[in-house]
Amino acid sequence: MDYFLQQLINGIQLGTIYALIALGYTMVYGIIKLINFAHADVFMIGVYTAFFTATWYQVPFPIVIVVAMVVCAIIGVTMEKIAYKPLRYKPRLSALITALGVSLFLENFCALPFVFGPEYRSFPELIPLKRYVIWKTYDVSVTNIFLLNLGVVSVLLCGLFYLVNYTMIGKKMRAVSYDKATASLMGINVDRTISFTFAIGAALAGASGVLYGLTYRSIQSPYLGIWPGWKAFIAAVIGGIGSIPGAVVGSYLMGISEVYANSINSNIGFGMAFVILILVLIVKPTGLLGSKEQEKI
Amino acid sequence: MRSLLKRHLVITALLLLYIVISLSYRFELLNTYVMQLIMFAGINVVMTVSLGMINGFTGQFSIGHAGFMAAGAYSSIFLTTVIFQLTGTALPGKTLWGYLLFFLALGIGGLVAAVTGFLIGLPTLRLKGDYLAIVTMAFGEVIRTIIRVSEPLGGPRGVGGIPEYTNFTIVFLFALASIWLMRNFLLSTYGRASRAVRDNEIAAEMMGVDTTRQKVLVFTISAFFAGCAGAIYAHLLQYIHPDNFTFMKSLEYLIYLYIGGASTISGAITGAVIFTFIPELFRRFQAWRMVIYSLTLVLVMLLRPDGILGNREFRFLQRSQK
Repeated sequence: MDYFLQQLINGIQLGTIYALIALGYTMVYGIIKLINFAHADVFMIGVYTAFFTATWYQVPFPIVIVVAMVVCAIIGVTMEKIAYKPLRYKPRLSALITALGVSLFLENFCALPFVFGPEYRSFPELIPLKRYVIWKTYDVSVTNIFLLNLGVVSVLLCGLFYLVNYTMIGKKMRAVSYDKATASLMGINVDRTISFTFAIGAALAGASGVLYGLTYRSIQSPYLGIWPGWKAFIAAVIGGIGSIPGAVVGSYLMGISEVYANSINSNIGFGMAFVILILVLIVKPTGLLGSKEQEKI
Repeated sequence: MRSLLKRHLVITALLLLYIVISLSYRFELLNTYVMQLIMFAGINVVMTVSLGMINGFTGQFSIGHAGFMAAGAYSSIFLTTVIFQLTGTALPGKTLWGYLLFFLALGIGGLVAAVTGFLIGLPTLRLKGDYLAIVTMAFGEVIRTIIRVSEPLGGPRGVGGIPEYTNFTIVFLFALASIWLMRNFLLSTYGRASRAVRDNEIAAEMMGVDTTRQKVLVFTISAFFAGCAGAIYAHLLQYIHPDNFTFMKSLEYLIYLYIGGASTISGAITGAVIFTFIPELFRRFQAWRMVIYSLTLVLVMLLRPDGILGNREFRFLQRSQK
C-alpha cells in the first residue's frame, strides 16, 4: 500500500511535467493542425537554459524559470517564422516533414561541442530538498520540489485559462483555430496570432524543462527531449488533441500509468503508453475530451 | 537494333545498371561499404514505394512502417536462424537448402507482416488523418515492445549470427519485382479506386468504392512488401535488434517519401536513393553530419514542398500508351 501510494505521487510528478509539454502540442495542433515534432526539443532547450542560468549566474528559481520561458518563446516563434510559415498553405504533410527536419536540426545542432555538447551534466541544486511525511501510517512523503511543481503548474494553468478565455488575444486564438479564413475577414491578424500561440506553447515547454531539471537533476544529452516529448504528445492525443483540459487530464493519466507499468517491467512501461493510446483512440476516436469534427460535404 | 533498343530502353538501362554495379564490385572499384549502401538503397526504395501506396496513393497517413519491417524481419529470421539456435542444430549456411529456406522465410516474413497489417488496419482505418497516423505509430512501437519482451526472439538483446543470404542480385531483383508489382497494382482499377479514396472519400463511396475495404487492402499489400524488405534487411545486417525498428526508422521512410514526392512511384524511388546516400556523403563532417542532413531536409521542403520530383512520374512507370 505504501509503495502504491508513493508511486502515485511519482506518477503525478511525471504527469505535471508532461502536462506543460502537452499543452504546447495541443495548442499548436489546435490552431494550425500541425504535429510540431520540434516541440520536444524546445523543452530540451528549456532544460539547458535553466541549467546555464542556474550554474553561471546562480540566480534564484523564479528568475531561472522566467529566463527559460522567454528563451523558449523566442525559439518557438523563430522556428514558426522560418520553417512553418512559408508552408502554411502547402500540403500539410510537407509541414510535418519540415517539423521533423527542424527537430533533428535542433537536437544535432545543440549536441555540437561548442553549443551544449553531447555530454551528461547534472542539474544544480536550486532549492534544497526537503521531505514531508504526509501519511504516517503508510510512510508516504512528498518533497518540497513536488509541491513547487504543483504550484507552478497551477499558476501557469490558471494563467493560460484566463488568457484563452478572457482576453482579446485568447479570443483571437480561438477564432483562428475555428476558422482561419473567416477570422482574417474579421480583421484578426492570423499570422501574429499563430506566432503568439507558438510563443505560449514554447514558453510552457520551457517551464516544464526547468521543472524537469529541478526534479530529476540530470541532463543526459541534447536528445533528452525525445521521450518526454513523445509521451506528452501521446497524452495530448489521449485527452483529445486541440483541447487544453484534455491535455492536462491525458498527461496525468500517462504519467501515473507509466510509473506503475515501469515498476512491473521497464519494457512494459515503454509499451504501456502506446497500448493506452490505441485503446482510447479505437473506443473514442477524438480522444477523451476532444470534440467531434463535423464533416462538410 | 536501334528501334529495339529504344523500345526496351528501360530494360536495357536496368540491365546495364546491374552489370556495371556488379562488375565494378567484382573488380573492386566499389568497396564493400559502398556496396552495402547500394543494397540499403534498394531496400529503402521498396520500403518507400510501399509506404507511398498508403500515404501517397490512398491518402491515408501511416507513420509506423518500420513495425511491419520488424514483423517481417523477425518472422524470417525465426525460420532461418532462431529455430536452429533453439534446437541446437547447425545452420544450413550458404547451401542450396539454405537459400531455399531463405526464400521461404522471405515469403513468410511478407505474409506475417501482411497479416499484421490486416489486423491493425481493420480497426484503425476508420480513424482519419492524424489520428490514424498516431495509431499506426503506436502499433509500430507495440510490435517493437512485443519483440522486446519475447525471450525466444532475443528480447532486448537482439538476434545475432544470421547468415548473410542477401546479396546485390537478390536486392536488385527484389526491388525490381516489387516496384513492378506495386506499379501494376496502382495502375489497375484497384489503384484507381485508391486514388478516388485519396481525392475525395465521400465521392468515392458514392461511386461504389468500398472505401474501408480498399484502405485495408492497400494497407495489407503495403505491409507485405515492407515485411519482405525487412526479411532481406535482416539477412543483410546479420544482427538485428528491436531498436533497429524504432519510430525514427519509420520517420526515415516518411522523409524519403515526401522529399522525393509522395504521389508518384518515381518520387519515392528518387527520394529513397538520394537520401540514403546524402548522410553518408557528409560522413567526414562527423558531428556536423546530422546538422547538415536536417538542414538539407528543411531546405528541400521549403523550396519544393511537393518533393523533388513534384508530381511527375517517369514515363516507364506510367500506363503504356497503345
